[in-house]
Amino acid sequence: MTLLQEAPKTRGSRQRLAKPELLAPAGSLEKLKFAVHYGADAVYIGGQKYGLRSNADNFSIEEMREGVAFASRYGAKVFVATNIYAHQEDLAGIAGYLRELDDAGISAIITADPAIVETAQQVAPRLEVHLSTQQSTMNWQAVQFWKEEGLPRVVLAREATMDEIREMKARVDIELEVFIHGAMCSSVSGRCVLSNHFTDRDSNRGGCCQSCRWKYDLHSDDRSVKDPEQNPFTMSSKDLCMISHLPDLIEAGVDSFKIEGRMKSVHYVASVVNAYRQAIDAYFDDPAGYALRPEWVEEIGKAAHRPLNTGFFYGMPGASEHIYQPEEKPAPYDFAAVVTDYDPLTGVATVQQRSPFRPGMQVEFIGPGGRNFKQKLGELADSAGHVVDVARHPLQQIKLRTDYPVEPLDLMRKRIG
Amino acid sequence: MSSATIPELLIAAGSTVQAERFILAGADALLIGEARFGMRQPGSIPASELCEAVARIHSLGAKAYINVNKLFRNGELPELPAYLRTVAEAGADAVVFGDPAVLLNIRELALDIPLHWNAEMTGTNSAAAAYWGKRGAVRAVLARELNEEEIADFKQNTTLQVQVQVHGMTNIYYSHRNLLQSYMEHLGREASLVDRGPDKGLYLVEAERPGERFPVYEDPTGTHVMSPDDIFLLEAVPELITAGVDSLYVESLLKSDTYNETVLRSYRAALHRFASNPDFYKPDSAWEEAIRELQDPERELGFGFLYKQQVY
Repeated sequence: MTLLQEAPKTRGSRQRLAKPELLAPAGSLEKLKFAVHYGADAVYIGGQKYGLRSNADNFSIEEMREGVAFASRYGAKVFVATNIYAHQEDLAGIAGYLRELDDAGISAIITADPAIVETAQQVAPRLEVHLSTQQSTMNWQAVQFWKEEGLPRVVLAREATMDEIREMKARVDIELEVFIHGAMCSSVSGRCVLSNHFTDRDSNRGGCCQSCRWKYDLHSDDRSVKDPEQNPFTMSSKDLCMISHLPDLIEAGVDSFKIEGRMKSVHYVASVVNAYRQAIDAYFDDPAGYALRPEWVEEIGKAAHRPLNTGFFYGMPGASEHIYQPEEKPAPYDFAAVVTDYDPLTGVATVQQRSPFRPGMQVEFIGPGGRNFKQKLGELADSAGHVVDVARHPLQQIKLRTDYPVEPLDLMRKRIG
Repeated sequence: MSSATIPELLIAAGSTVQAERFILAGADALLIGEARFGMRQPGSIPASELCEAVARIHSLGAKAYINVNKLFRNGELPELPAYLRTVAEAGADAVVFGDPAVLLNIRELALDIPLHWNAEMTGTNSAAAAYWGKRGAVRAVLARELNEEEIADFKQNTTLQVQVQVHGMTNIYYSHRNLLQSYMEHLGREASLVDRGPDKGLYLVEAERPGERFPVYEDPTGTHVMSPDDIFLLEAVPELITAGVDSLYVESLLKSDTYNETVLRSYRAALHRFASNPDFYKPDSAWEEAIRELQDPERELGFGFLYKQQVY
């Protein structure tokens, strides 16, 4: 009986391993372009229906086509999150919507509700169905079940440990996708309706208002358990960050490394993707000689809002994996501009403003592959050639001299405070 | 309307003695089992005693469903086949599952036992129920966050039996983390102060909602936060019957036996009266009064999501 068999030998690190996919969030067409340009092998986006981020500016079908066309120039794929748990009123439109996604060139949907799984298999056979983390899959037999249902990929619950993932991979021939970076539900994903109860917003249809990060007072015998000066109780988890542990994930056989954050900024997506892209490539260039480079960790730190941790990978998160102190420090760096053009003869770049900057300011330019340098800004000129004392208008085109060559889609960031 | 069938009245019991008391009070189906295979059970009947417990429940004319609805980890899977065999041999009337691993085991072991699909808050539509129905489920347990229209529409569009919670608290947040232990550690207190298990009198108060107490507890499956009020759908029983609901579930967790028996008696009386004269059904105010008399004054009785519209 297959369920009772001995665990097969797990793969050792000497075995030749496939390069995992780096999967990045893209909350908008612009973010999609940055994610792909900075090295994502695939991006996941939200459509205007059936997705869990009702506040993100989600993609129209037309924008999806444009995104797919852009991504395909890099050989990258586009997935769509259709990860709600549908209610009766949502059922009628599913088939039509999935056909539209299929027609738009989307490679896969990420979905939890069996109603959507089944409909996709029936009406959109070219769409791969990836089982969402919202389905709470955390054991190898559940993975086996979904394989038998014809799914090529399961996104595991964030509760799965490295050892458990290794066993799943050894026992079931299916692609496993694992979150490696970003914010985490502290609940089992999908098993939380705090928002429904607090605000009548349906958390499993995109209405989550993050009540787990609110402040609570824990009472025992009708008294608060804490002293007045102590921090209140929360269910707030630190964010996941596996940049220091990629070899473990690669050697466990994880097929897709997923970054969370469809609501995050262009700067965040580009910085995080950039770091993981370099680390994965470095490992595969020379597995034996691989070593974590501090600049990857720094790069991630420049975009992070919350303290970081390794979640369940190495055991149960404890006191130091939760956020009790007042949280949400802004990231230490902010996105100032994106490079749109560069003239190698004059060394002058044209940039599009994303937040104000002025001459004399210390900035950092970054590009894919870890290209980066810091410099002090010199004279700024607007598109008419007039010198400006500050680039104050959003999306304003500004010409400035850079110390080293830059390329379109490079970012210019500034230190905050 | 008069052709509507009378739904069963279901409650979870933590021991055979408790099951007997609940049957005498009017329950005609019991949810039981060994606690480590289920979630949020009011007690535990170990595998070695299941056969006897099921027999006792059957002898009293009630049904016995076995709760195997936890989310399993790899290391917990090896114990499933033996447990499920025991359940089948005991002649239980159904296995309640949420994790597809249970379904896979039932299939591999070729056990002839009906399945109830209970995915807690994610049991939200009839097409998903149909999916599990094609794979062996005969009943769908509906999420507590559905309203009356959704319940009726769900039932109209499914061939499965439909189970709806009519009374008691609901789980609103479930984590595999030990959030209470972690917090006590953060405060520099002995983590062992958190006695594992429900009914330890621990509750949360959210900063902006001082009047609401959210019971919270930890057990070996993780941390559970419960609703600050109790669902109370006695008044809606005729509507639920008309909608075709097959099973009315009373949540017994964190309540005294006396309270649960009183609840069962009131709902049983309502079902009984409806059955005998559906067209001229009139509730007796004594049914509600009996429950209110024992109701924790800190916990409101309400309609839950039955008449709510949610946004997202």
